[in-house]
Amino acid sequence: MDILEKVTNSDYKYGFYTKIDSDKAPKGLNEDIIRFISAKKEEPEWMLEWRLDAFRQWQKMEEPNWAHVKYQKPDYQDISYYSAPKKKKSLDSLDEVDPELLKTFEKLGISLDEQKRLTGVAVDVVVDSVSVKTTFREKLAEMGIIFCAISDAVKEYPELVKKYIGTVVPKGDNFFAALNSAVFTDGSFCYIPKGVKCPMELSTYFRINEAGTGQFERTLLIADEGSYVSYLEGCTAPMRDENQLHAAVVELVALDDAEIKYSTVQNWYPGNKEGKGGVFNFVTKRGICERNAKISWTQVETGSAVTWKYPSCILKGDNSIGEFYSVAVTNNYQQADTGTKMIHLGRNTKSTIISKGICAGNSEGSYRGLVKIGPRAQNARNFSECDSLLMGNACGSHTFPYIEIKNKSAKVEHEATTSKIGEDQLFYCNQRGIPTEEAIALIVNGYCKDVLNQLPMEFAVEAQKLLEVSLEGSVG
Amino acid sequence: MDVFKDKLLSSFIVFENQLNGQKKQPFHQKRREAIDVFEVKGFPTVKDEEWKYTNLKPLFNKDFNVFHPGEDSLEFSDIRRFFLSESDTYKIVFINGIFASWLSSTTHQNYDICTFSAALENHRDVVDKYAGSIARNQESLTALNTSFAKEGAFINIPDGKVVDRPIEVLYFTTDSDNNTFIQPRNLVVVGKNAECCIVERHQSLGKQLTVNNSVTEVMAHAGAQVTYHKIQNDDDNASLIDSTTIKQERDSKVTVHTFSFGGKITRNNLEFDLTEAGAEAYLYGVSILDKRQLVDNHTIVNHMVPNCYSNELYKGIYDDNSRGVFNGKIHVHPHAVKTNAFQENNNLLLSDKASIDTKPQLEIYADDVKCSHGCTIGQLDEDALFYLRQRGIGVKEAQALLMLAFTTDALKEIKIPELKSKLNRLIARKLNVNLDFNL
Repeated sequence: MDILEKVTNSDYKYGFYTKIDSDKAPKGLNEDIIRFISAKKEEPEWMLEWRLDAFRQWQKMEEPNWAHVKYQKPDYQDISYYSAPKKKKSLDSLDEVDPELLKTFEKLGISLDEQKRLTGVAVDVVVDSVSVKTTFREKLAEMGIIFCAISDAVKEYPELVKKYIGTVVPKGDNFFAALNSAVFTDGSFCYIPKGVKCPMELSTYFRINEAGTGQFERTLLIADEGSYVSYLEGCTAPMRDENQLHAAVVELVALDDAEIKYSTVQNWYPGNKEGKGGVFNFVTKRGICERNAKISWTQVETGSAVTWKYPSCILKGDNSIGEFYSVAVTNNYQQADTGTKMIHLGRNTKSTIISKGICAGNSEGSYRGLVKIGPRAQNARNFSECDSLLMGNACGSHTFPYIEIKNKSAKVEHEATTSKIGEDQLFYCNQRGIPTEEAIALIVNGYCKDVLNQLPMEFAVEAQKLLEVSLEGSVG
Repeated sequence: MDVFKDKLLSSFIVFENQLNGQKKQPFHQKRREAIDVFEVKGFPTVKDEEWKYTNLKPLFNKDFNVFHPGEDSLEFSDIRRFFLSESDTYKIVFINGIFASWLSSTTHQNYDICTFSAALENHRDVVDKYAGSIARNQESLTALNTSFAKEGAFINIPDGKVVDRPIEVLYFTTDSDNNTFIQPRNLVVVGKNAECCIVERHQSLGKQLTVNNSVTEVMAHAGAQVTYHKIQNDDDNASLIDSTTIKQERDSKVTVHTFSFGGKITRNNLEFDLTEAGAEAYLYGVSILDKRQLVDNHTIVNHMVPNCYSNELYKGIYDDNSRGVFNGKIHVHPHAVKTNAFQENNNLLLSDKASIDTKPQLEIYADDVKCSHGCTIGQLDEDALFYLRQRGIGVKEAQALLMLAFTTDALKEIKIPELKSKLNRLIARKLNVNLDFNL
């Protein structure tokens, strides 16, 4: 039992708040606020119209309550929908970045400078939903790759944005997507031209900083025919008593023969050990695969008080492939309802789902997934595996897989198990002189290996550490 | 649906006035509560998560007779083929919801095998204690049944008794001036260390639409062993909504077999409450469908205490425009540690117009458990088919053999030889082959 105590004492490492002057919109949401955001962003008319249309649709919608989570619904009129770090000019070198902000990044362990040189990862950093710094932009531009803040893309590449935005996640797709479409303030935009293999990992770092703000970023990633890109996403937030709202939309477009690998390490503030505070993470992520294309989602979810997230693949083109690898860890009073949707429309489409849930403390974790094989999807193939590991007798773990098959040539397999860490496995480790604590870390790492192996190197190390911190001594 | 709902609500007042003496019984209070539930909730729609894939609207948009005008006389010879055996079983037979004594063989020696209406008069203590206390009264269709519950099978086995023969419960419907809606209500109470085996069947003999909204409650006391078989091979104009709830005490063992081979819409709600340690629940299902048939199997196993075991195995074969729905849930309550629960659902799709929607769920609130589920959808193995063909077996026969092999895991637990051969014949007929499957 005292080990259990210890877990609850393991602190959230990223819970600092940085004092940066910020430019904040008044609280509340109405058409004027949307006009204000659009004006701030110097957006063209069509973008404003698009936002307003989304807002009108949102007003008619109701917040969904089918997920297996309980939370106090946020008051959407009590949130500030725009918060930008002040003094934001177009920045060309790191020297121009606010030194306070740089310190923030150092604390986060993403010293931009260092990362730039050593790891060769291009980073787009988003604080309070405004993109502050995109590294390596010029170098990527030489290859024709566009990697910038979406607000810049709206101005600089309107034809691309106009063509693809809202095609994968329509404005009125769901409550949170509609809200995001109306008020999104920034995010990343990426375009990989035909036949180009992006030479480095592209990365976005999100951070909510300001109190009483919601973060609504929008990511649009287009991989043109025959291209390849690997994209990373990381998130943190300061510790606060009140709940913060994060409602993002990610759209991936993989054209013929393209491949997109999208990895997320989500570590928003999960609330304290009594379940107070924490981030509400309501995210819509979806990708569309054309012929022979492949989209692979990998996620390590350790943070957020409430997670509502279903990265999905629409396998539209023939021979396209969708993959979903997920580790979701919940502790204390965290709740996660996460999974994926694999929608098979084209012939010979394949999908793989590997989901590993780990629940400790008083938390609840659910896997909710859909595998749908349309009538035209000849020879579709799906394999799903959803395992849950329970630690402590106050947590809950649930599996809600939906499987809808309309084609006789489909082959679909689904399996799920729920268990606790095997006593004999622990005994085996103990017997060989490995203390219980380390043995658990070892077993959990082994349990998640299938997923962690999918992450790019830099992230895999971070993810592994995160797992250890999140679960330190969860089982006695 | 609203029209028929209103008709049911006003019919309840008529029904209540016919009850006379029964109005003072505690069960009548349950009827009144239930009709209020139905009035508020109405018929379930596809917006209901539990009815997402099964639309009752086309069914209940029609008009039905709530009270059947009168009994129809059927001769034993007409319906012999629906029985397991002429003499070696107890029989409780109903025609259009009314007890047919000349076709039945009931008993009060050692144990009571009779009708629900007789129990309402003569076994009030048992009825008051169990009827309406096991079923899910908040479900609108169960509530509807409770409010009109009048007739059905009543099986009461005292402690330590073993019923010597299988008990057959048969519901027949015949044509009348309108479509038929009947609401059978069965109550099975099995005492400590007692044993019984039941076979239930619904059969429509007419051309008109028939809907059976059947509710069964089973109470298995400590050490009791109950085997319940449901044979669903009705005509294409007959629909069945079957809600069976089973409550189990210490070390009891209950097995439910559901065989769905026909019917317009067949919905099976099967729910187990494992309330004391050592209880074991077995759920087996075989569905073989074609034409426009729909079978929707909803099962829930509630592991409420530590050290219980459940095993579920459902197999489905779907041809033509048929549809299969499977929704299985294992619910492990907090502190129900050492639970061992297993669930498997395998499906074969034979036609491009057929479809399957399956949702195997786990809801687990205790850590020291072993729970798993598996679900597959696929086709017959080409290699196996080739192997059989190579040995001179025709395509149809080879396919049928493989399909029988596919279902065999779910059939092998059947203990009654007559039932086994009957099922094998039914399957052979359903697969359209002339093979003797008693291999």
